[in-house]
Amino acid sequence: MTTKINLNGIAKTTDSAPSSPLLYVLRDELKLNGAKFGCGLGQCGACTVLLDDKPVFSCLTPLAAVADRRVRTIEGLGSADAPGPLQAAFIKHQAAQCGYCIAGMVMRAQALLEKLAHPTEEQIREHMEPNLCRCGTHMRILAAIHEVAASGVLHAKKGLK
Amino acid sequence: MRLKTKIAGLCTIAVICGIAALTWALQPAIAPISSAAPMTNDPQMLTRGQSVVALGDCMVCHTSNSGAPYAGGLPLRTPFGTIYSTNITPDPETGIGSWSLAAFRRAIRHGVSRDGHLLYPAFPYIHYTQMTDKDIEAAYAYLMSRTPVNYTPPDNELPLPLRFRPSLAFWNMLYLRPGERQTVPGADHQIQRGHYLVNSLGHCASCHTALNAIGGEAKAMLGGGTVDGWEAPSLTTLGSTKVAWTAKQLESYLRTGLSAEHGAAKGPMRAVTERLAEAPQADVEAIARYIMSIQVTADAPLQQTASHNMPTQQGATLFAAACASCHSASAPMSASAQRPSLALSHSVNSDNPANLIQTMLGGVPWAVPHSAIYMPPFADVLTDEQIISIAQYIRADIGKLPPWQDLPQKVVHARKEIHP
Amino acid sequence: MTDISTNMGRRAFMKGSALVVAFSLFPQYAQAELNAMGLPQVLNKNLPGSLKSTPWLDAWIKIERDGKVTVCSGKVELGTGVRTALVQIAAEQLELMPTEILFIAGDTSLTPNEGFTAGSHTIPDSGTALLHAAAQVRTLLLEGAAAKLNTDAGNLTIRSGKITSPDGRSIGYGAAITGIDLHRQASPASRLKPLGSYTLIGHPVHRLDIPNKLTGGASYVQDLRLPNMVHARVVRPPVKGARLISADVATAERLPGILKVIRDGSYLAVAATDEWSAITAMRALTASARWDGGGTLPEPKTIHASLQALPAEDIVILDKGNINTPKARTLKARFTKQYLMHGSIGPSCAVALLADGRMTVWTHTQGVFPLRSALAELLGMPDEQVRCIHTEGSGCYGQNGADDVAADAALIARAIPGRPVRVQLMRDQENQWEPFAPAMITEIEAGLDDSGRISHWHYELWSGSHNERPGNAGKLVPAWMLSKALVPSPSLPMLQPEGGGDRNALPLYVIPNAHITNHFLPRTTLRTSAMRSLGAHINILSIESTMDELSSMAAADPVEFRLRHLTDSRAQDVIRAAAQQFGWEHRNKQRNRGFGFAFGQYKNLMAYVAIALELEVQPDTGKVNILRVVAAVDCGQIVNPDGVINQIEGGILQSASWTLYEQLQFASDGIKSIDWSSYPIMRFSRVPAKVEVKLLERPGLPFLGVAEAAQGPMAGALANALGQATGKRLRNLPLAGPQLRS
Repeated sequence: MTTKINLNGIAKTTDSAPSSPLLYVLRDELKLNGAKFGCGLGQCGACTVLLDDKPVFSCLTPLAAVADRRVRTIEGLGSADAPGPLQAAFIKHQAAQCGYCIAGMVMRAQALLEKLAHPTEEQIREHMEPNLCRCGTHMRILAAIHEVAASGVLHAKKGLK
Repeated sequence: MRLKTKIAGLCTIAVICGIAALTWALQPAIAPISSAAPMTNDPQMLTRGQSVVALGDCMVCHTSNSGAPYAGGLPLRTPFGTIYSTNITPDPETGIGSWSLAAFRRAIRHGVSRDGHLLYPAFPYIHYTQMTDKDIEAAYAYLMSRTPVNYTPPDNELPLPLRFRPSLAFWNMLYLRPGERQTVPGADHQIQRGHYLVNSLGHCASCHTALNAIGGEAKAMLGGGTVDGWEAPSLTTLGSTKVAWTAKQLESYLRTGLSAEHGAAKGPMRAVTERLAEAPQADVEAIARYIMSIQVTADAPLQQTASHNMPTQQGATLFAAACASCHSASAPMSASAQRPSLALSHSVNSDNPANLIQTMLGGVPWAVPHSAIYMPPFADVLTDEQIISIAQYIRADIGKLPPWQDLPQKVVHARKEIHP
Repeated sequence: MTDISTNMGRRAFMKGSALVVAFSLFPQYAQAELNAMGLPQVLNKNLPGSLKSTPWLDAWIKIERDGKVTVCSGKVELGTGVRTALVQIAAEQLELMPTEILFIAGDTSLTPNEGFTAGSHTIPDSGTALLHAAAQVRTLLLEGAAAKLNTDAGNLTIRSGKITSPDGRSIGYGAAITGIDLHRQASPASRLKPLGSYTLIGHPVHRLDIPNKLTGGASYVQDLRLPNMVHARVVRPPVKGARLISADVATAERLPGILKVIRDGSYLAVAATDEWSAITAMRALTASARWDGGGTLPEPKTIHASLQALPAEDIVILDKGNINTPKARTLKARFTKQYLMHGSIGPSCAVALLADGRMTVWTHTQGVFPLRSALAELLGMPDEQVRCIHTEGSGCYGQNGADDVAADAALIARAIPGRPVRVQLMRDQENQWEPFAPAMITEIEAGLDDSGRISHWHYELWSGSHNERPGNAGKLVPAWMLSKALVPSPSLPMLQPEGGGDRNALPLYVIPNAHITNHFLPRTTLRTSAMRSLGAHINILSIESTMDELSSMAAADPVEFRLRHLTDSRAQDVIRAAAQQFGWEHRNKQRNRGFGFAFGQYKNLMAYVAIALELEVQPDTGKVNILRVVAAVDCGQIVNPDGVINQIEGGILQSASWTLYEQLQFASDGIKSIDWSSYPIMRFSRVPAKVEVKLLERPGLPFLGVAEAAQGPMAGALANALGQATGKRLRNLPLAGPQLRS
């Protein structure tokens, strides 16, 4: 059976079983690398994507649940040649060590910055709590998020999709 | 009796009540203490106070989401509006740092603040009033030893009539019986202790009893209530659940937040179990034993239905991706960590789907950094229709019970209220 | 196929505290066992770094006719940024930009054998090798160009693939090197570029791999997609040693997408055309599987006493002066550490392909060469028919499930020849089967003389193995479950000066009378192996906590007390730098807050790190807020300063998580830390408010390994700060918890 989803603004058709978690559809069928398998339990956030602008664990999102809601992954935020604001900030701050958690971090931060114009340090930390980093890159991740928050560029873009 | 006499009689009663209420409403201020007043160094008093405060759950209400402990500011959503808990750190300016023991005792026993204004019964002084003098003194000593925090909580958001504090005097007349209670005749020490803890410090009835229209506890004590959209189950029919509760299971649940036979503490109860983990084990045992001693005969649990004709295929499909990694029988959480099947959970077996809905929408948050029960929230993952499907599937195929008739409306309502 | 029965070559007989090992008939395995870093033998001891074992220049640097330059290393990228640093080193000496180099690391067919990427050896060993190899190749390029351009080498400029004479004629690297055979041994001495000319080494070059990782580029073995690839999952027993009685293989094989169920003894795995089908079938097999027996784990509440009661090999690593002379004042302390989990964010993964009689495995192992030998033994194939290609995984911090899952992939690929097989462990499998960081105990008795100097130091530690890497095939978890099961070769202590459990057990401080013993426990029930800094974490915590208490007894400032016991000027420099940057002299103790200071030189050989911090304890909840951390670091010539800062920040946060919060949960019937909720680690809410890292510049000095150097000092600083904040000395890790409430 085929299912249609809206992925990064483009209609995609998938053959995966409706009971598949979205993570495997993204990675295995659609060949995207950003969202990662970290636990499959909604405890680490390595699989974080946006669903109608909200951060969700793609490892626990059934394909059957997506319907016509908008799925966004890190691939939709920008490329190595034309990175989006958060990607550029993470590169500038070298906010990665092994880098396995980083796509999930960016997606979760993207949701916050689209919603809140000037989040405080406390709000950022609370919002990012679901995502784990084992290498200890948190200080740089926070610095990158703060920089993009200060620019306000993601909040201004909101609603222009 | 003639109408005129009746009216006269009623008026007299009203006037007497009014005078009584007014008298009650106009409480004098108690002089503030100087901040140089020495606080106790008695370690036994402080240890006792720590237990009392843990058993009384003071920190739970008097601490906001990211605020300092006991500094207040937690919004309590009541049917009448939002009340913010007060700062009970020993800060002289914004907390209770200038309160004498007498002022503290009056607040606990009578619901009156140091400066004389009446406290809202969101503060369960109708229960705390039953505390012994020694416990009140110990609680005072412990709270005064905490770190002072200068913080003024936000103003309450209540409709105008309710902001008129003296009106509470009338409510107190109806529901406040100040002072310690008699012991339970003929009961052993552990039951006495349990009775004391449940009714005073534990104030279990504040959540586990239905409230009437003006916020007073209804007749069926501990027969179940609602808090923040969650069902606080009946505590008097625990012996009649699918797997009957025992005192041992209840004690373990209260102390650890998890019962191997019944499931995890969620919603507002979770914080209660975290505080009870700090209380003396003997006290938690007493609470459990007392609760199990006041059981009433209930209706037999709903008959399980082996088969049904509910359409649960969609729910099963969604469950396989969203829930099975933790909740299927072969999932590590079930197999290695020995979590009970959803079939045994109160949330699934209750007549009221509120708790299942709340859990699915909001999950069970992290209590980092200590090992804890956790479940991710699904409010942003699943639509109302999908939540309804999964809940129906769980109820029918896992719980093997007849469907909840009001499930769809309750899901829509819960999301609007709690997760807009 | 050679039948490999239970490995008879390795039997260890325990007699009291002595260990007698009967070695097998395979000397190359014996050498690898003794060599904890998995290194091949030294061929030319006069050469710097890894050139000692791989002296040929063309093993490291190849130049094609068209000028393309390939640089090879045996050390791999674990997420520490060494790939970029090694490229910086080679590019610097070769006068190239990093993007002009093709860099290959960790491939048994293509690169030098540098053993394991571990122990902070990458820059000192591989970096040094590349520094010199590249410099010598540059010299040869200039010689070749001089000959072809008919001028003196000294007149030529070399830059970005071109060598130019003063009159403007130029020649590319490819043409310049023609006729010069790079297959020659390196010389002991090199003409290095002058330090002042460096444009890459010592500069914060952006990491080459980060942009890809931030934009969904394929970066990890988990991202590998080969044509015709199948997805596999394994079923592990509930506990080590359990025997598989039955499983409903027939039903599993009929599930959608399933290609094959593999069963060999108690080894069970399933292969499918898509990943979710493999997972679904794995769950079905797990549900139907019936197991019998298996070991019992020790009682967690008394684990340290149990460990101290086990047979031990007692290794005295320092016996100086006379520990029994009278002392003025003494203190005694015992420290304990629980089992910790590496907790790699991405569960281990591997891809294997058996084609044309050759097995190729893409793996994030720390050691492709030792793994290749172990897999060859496991499969009964000659080494040359097995190829291991390192492909990045998530951070491993030591030995995680990488080698085991490589074995899983190879076993399953053998059952499905001609198709690549991808296996990833599930979260619970990674957690329950990875080799943990050993639980350890340290005991100390130290004394001061009348002048307030340390006069006596008696230290003992107990620890299981910190190295269970292959080695022999029996070290691989899947090998234990086969019908012809293999057993691991005996665990051996890692000897000083690097050490294992006793890493950094020797204080750098000057102490006239000292006796230090490493009680090595060769057999412990839980499987353990190396985790970042090994014994240094608890040893430096124990030493630095004791230094604090001694300084208090001597009524001295903790920083000044340490300085007075050091003669190493670089150690003194980092201590002063951290104290100064922190403002140690002006610190002001407030209610519920504490300051802590600690110092360590990793292995007493590598980077120097000093840390000062302030934290706050919330007495009502026991919550710890780390307010400010300042670290000063000396790692010799810095290759990438931002890379060093990143690693030190990471080490600080990771060590804080270990020290304050982490402990493995287990019970007699198995490992209970199956996921993050049963093994919580630091999240954003607990991360420090502020971390500063100050690097000391040491141009031209040898590279000192730095990646693990913060673990011990951070732990020590935390213990000391908590001591001041709570008024209680806390010595049993993890330090945070109900005991911090008051």
